[in-house]
Amino acid sequence: MINAVGRDIPEEILELTGKEVFHGNHYYDGYEYRKHGPMTRCVINSNGSKLVDSIHDVLVKCGIKDGMTVSFHHHFREGDYIVNMVMEEIHKMGIKDITICASSLGKAHDPIVPYIEDGTITNIQSSGVRGKIGEAISNGKLKGLAIMRSHGGRVRSIVTGETQIDIAFIGAPTCDDYGNCRGIGGKSNCGALSYAMADALHADKVVAITDCLVPFPNFPAHISMTRVDYVVEVDAIGDPAKIATGAAKPTTDQRKLMMADYCTQFVVNSPYFKNGFSYQTGVGGASIASTISLAKEMKKRNVRMRFGVGGLTKPMCDLLINDQVDCLLDTQDFDLDAVESVKDLRHFRISAGQYADPFNKGAVVNKLDFVILAALEVDVNFNCNVVVGSDGMITGAQGGHPDTAAGAKCAIVIAPLLQGRIPAICTEVTTVTTPGESVDVVITDYGIAINPRRQTNCKEDNLSV
Amino acid sequence: MEIKKPAMAGTLESSDCQVTVEAGEGKIDLELNSAVINQFGNQIRKVTFETLERLGVKDVKITIVDKGALDCTIKARIEGAVYRSLEQIEHLPWGGAIR
Repeated sequence: MINAVGRDIPEEILELTGKEVFHGNHYYDGYEYRKHGPMTRCVINSNGSKLVDSIHDVLVKCGIKDGMTVSFHHHFREGDYIVNMVMEEIHKMGIKDITICASSLGKAHDPIVPYIEDGTITNIQSSGVRGKIGEAISNGKLKGLAIMRSHGGRVRSIVTGETQIDIAFIGAPTCDDYGNCRGIGGKSNCGALSYAMADALHADKVVAITDCLVPFPNFPAHISMTRVDYVVEVDAIGDPAKIATGAAKPTTDQRKLMMADYCTQFVVNSPYFKNGFSYQTGVGGASIASTISLAKEMKKRNVRMRFGVGGLTKPMCDLLINDQVDCLLDTQDFDLDAVESVKDLRHFRISAGQYADPFNKGAVVNKLDFVILAALEVDVNFNCNVVVGSDGMITGAQGGHPDTAAGAKCAIVIAPLLQGRIPAICTEVTTVTTPGESVDVVITDYGIAINPRRQTNCKEDNLSV
Repeated sequence: MEIKKPAMAGTLESSDCQVTVEAGEGKIDLELNSAVINQFGNQIRKVTFETLERLGVKDVKITIVDKGALDCTIKARIEGAVYRSLEQIEHLPWGGAIR
């Protein structure tokens, strides 16, 4: 069936997922539904302890069996040990047909590929996959479906019960014996625990895994004991040196710097750039560079930002340090400066649901003025692809790309005309991740294109359009 | 043209390619490693063979590590490597074998 961006979605997939094709951004506005609640096992007896000796024991206590759905969060980025640790144990127990529902999977998870090949894992739900998992899925080794959802879309699917998580595993940098989890204070700090919050609320069993057990109460808890069934202490939940490897370092690539400069010029000349504006960027080199150049323009023009959202990196946290922004809303920290910034009282951690779930009573992304994004490919209809490489290999993650682009008043996508010899601006993207109706402006090294749907509300000065 | 000694041209920067030529074993022996081999592998091979033919090179071991270079870049790097291996840096046949 043809969807709103002109792609033919196979009937087979519609039947398997029970979903409708994409009808446009606001198709579900005003839609009513009842949320999915978790099966809850009460802890009343005060003699009980939530501490369990090992991953193996906790899997037994949670009643692991074939066909279950287990969930993970990706705040430890490329330094994550949790997914491999849990999946290795599940594999050893001979369990089959597992669905992994992760907020994202990266190269750190290459070791689970054999479990895909032998049928331990048969379905994968994630925001994207990289490395060998991407190759395995692209080569058809996954027996079931691979579903790639945005960060907001993942929360939606958990809240509606479209995805029912049997056991959620939460890597907690610090945790007490009763399950109060925090993203800071331990030896493998990741700052926020935003993506795990929906899991904690809606999974039947919730397991906190920590490498830093602290005395009760570990307050203020980012994830409350009221949601946690068991606590397991392990030697290490992640490699601190690799946790903050999501973001590109400030780029020195002249082409990216030039595009960042075009972007800043566009932003400051647009009607939304005024005191009290709001802003988010992705973590591509050009996006980060544009935050740095925007900070200079804000200082020069004496304009103050009300709030910044992210996916946070050092340049965003510098805005807070330099008092150019009132507050930051944080879903994940890409570098150690951002993790450190969590301690600032104007740096608020928000859940992935608050951030972007389209099926709640309003998400933060809807209040954004600007979002600066990157893309692997953008086509002439402004559709963006951020997940599938031009050779058809699944090789990226969408994160909040579609959510923020749909929510923000002005969604700017930065992409060069050519990436190597692959055209990033093309007739038709390989896969539509973000529909063209969400994208307002595309910035390339050769100039700026404004979506014809918006040209009447944008002015552009001194820029080649 | 006979390849006398190993020579190299190009870099491993994005949009460039690094070409190495060495004395061959009686034929053209191409080893291609490319970031875009799935989309452009055949095109890169075609450009390589055409360029070598124009230069009159029939006996060479040529290695290309491509980082998404355009055809014109690949051509220029092959020409550069071949003439470096001949140690010919002046009186190059612009408009002749080099186009």
